[in-house]
Amino acid sequence: MTKEELTGNYKTYQELPLTPITSVNSTANQTGFWKTFKPVLDESKCIKCTICWKFCPDVAIKMEEDEFPIFDLTHCKGCGICANECPKDAITMVMEVEQ
Amino acid sequence: MKMVMTGNYASAYGSKVCRAEVVSAYPITPQTSVVEKIASLVASGEMDAQFVKVESEHSAMATLIAASLTGARTYTATSSHGLLLMHELLIWAAGARTPIVMSNVCRANGPPWSVWADHHDAMAQRDTGWMQVFCEGNQEVIDSIIMSYKLAEREDIRLPAMINEDAFILSHTVEPVDVPDMEEVDAFLPSYNPRFKLDTDEPYGFGSLVMPEMYMEFRFKINEAMEAARQGWRDVEKDFEKHFGRNHGGMIEFYQCEDADAVLLIAGSVASTAKDVVDKLRSEGKKVGLARMRVYRPFPVEEIRKLANMTNIIGICDRSYTFGHWGPMAQEVRGALYGQTDIPILKNYIMGLGGKDITPEILEKIFLKTLGLTEGLDTEIEWIGVKGHGGW
Repeated sequence: MTKEELTGNYKTYQELPLTPITSVNSTANQTGFWKTFKPVLDESKCIKCTICWKFCPDVAIKMEEDEFPIFDLTHCKGCGICANECPKDAITMVMEVEQ
Repeated sequence: MKMVMTGNYASAYGSKVCRAEVVSAYPITPQTSVVEKIASLVASGEMDAQFVKVESEHSAMATLIAASLTGARTYTATSSHGLLLMHELLIWAAGARTPIVMSNVCRANGPPWSVWADHHDAMAQRDTGWMQVFCEGNQEVIDSIIMSYKLAEREDIRLPAMINEDAFILSHTVEPVDVPDMEEVDAFLPSYNPRFKLDTDEPYGFGSLVMPEMYMEFRFKINEAMEAARQGWRDVEKDFEKHFGRNHGGMIEFYQCEDADAVLLIAGSVASTAKDVVDKLRSEGKKVGLARMRVYRPFPVEEIRKLANMTNIIGICDRSYTFGHWGPMAQEVRGALYGQTDIPILKNYIMGLGGKDITPEILEKIFLKTLGLTEGLDTEIEWIGVKGHGGW
């Protein structure tokens, strides 16, 4: 079996590698669709303290210095830890609705 | 080179002559001298391996799974509660298809606390996906390690293997052992080089999540490999014999079984005692035989059916148990013979738990009792030597 054959798109058991092998890292795993609630930021309350960025267990919050946090909704699982930890209550968890 | 050594040293030298590259282990009685010996071989430079000290057997197996995924040949040894603590990772090792070879010094599980011979630790790991061999003597210990690497690393097998040696009876008893030269072993056992490895230059992730539509397929592949390993054991032993000039009797060793009226099926070191008893009873005109269960996983179904055609009564002597049912070997033998015609009478004996001595005298009584079952079973299962029970 070659690297090119690790397509991740298998029709039969014979095509599979011996054990699940991925040739991409976990950022390729889009887990955002698991969530029920998504974080929404109120920029008027946010003090850019980075606490939400530090606490996010999925590294799904991007933050540059002196910028507001950006939620990566393709990887956020909606756990709400960021909203819980925010000292200014600037993050609200909002029910996601189908587009 | 012929040396006089314990089963534990035979295990240690087995890992050395096979050029195990990563060894990780945690000490436990009666396995300790395996890893002590390896540690000293590594320290003196006689063995070129990394010895990784860990805080538990669970960590030892985790270390070896990762090491094996890098393409290293790996080895560990444990016993009893150490093996039980590994249970989760035994399943992981098989699922990750890492060809780890491990010696297990078969010891009873507590409580009551015990350090003596018993097969319950190993047989309780039946469903983990590990191949399992039970050894009769110390030569077989080292030879089985060499054979196991060859079979475990085959691309169509790629499963871990557990070599079982009885506590103290083998682990701490010396015998002459022919330790093959490393060059001889090299000629038999090619280096291990899997296509996909843990490698920072070409990174892969192993053992990741699969959705329900593909999980069963991976399990099916393991089963297919284990089924292939059944013929694999027969082939690897023939191959071994070509290189080293000896064998250990196949998946089941038949001793005086061909015309026997009754046969005892036994795993481990007690088979050796039982062979002497067979010789004595044969000299008295009693046609008895001994079948030794050498490979327990994959289960030697064809050999069991062959045995059933050789004899009328089989006494299955388990040095283990499953509470509330027969012994583990008895269940497997009954399953393998179900639906066959002219099945022998199958009697199950539970014996030798926690190192309870199995003497020639007791084995002779069991042989004679089994020979006398020509009219059918009295009871399906009997525990031998329990004080206040059964009259043994």
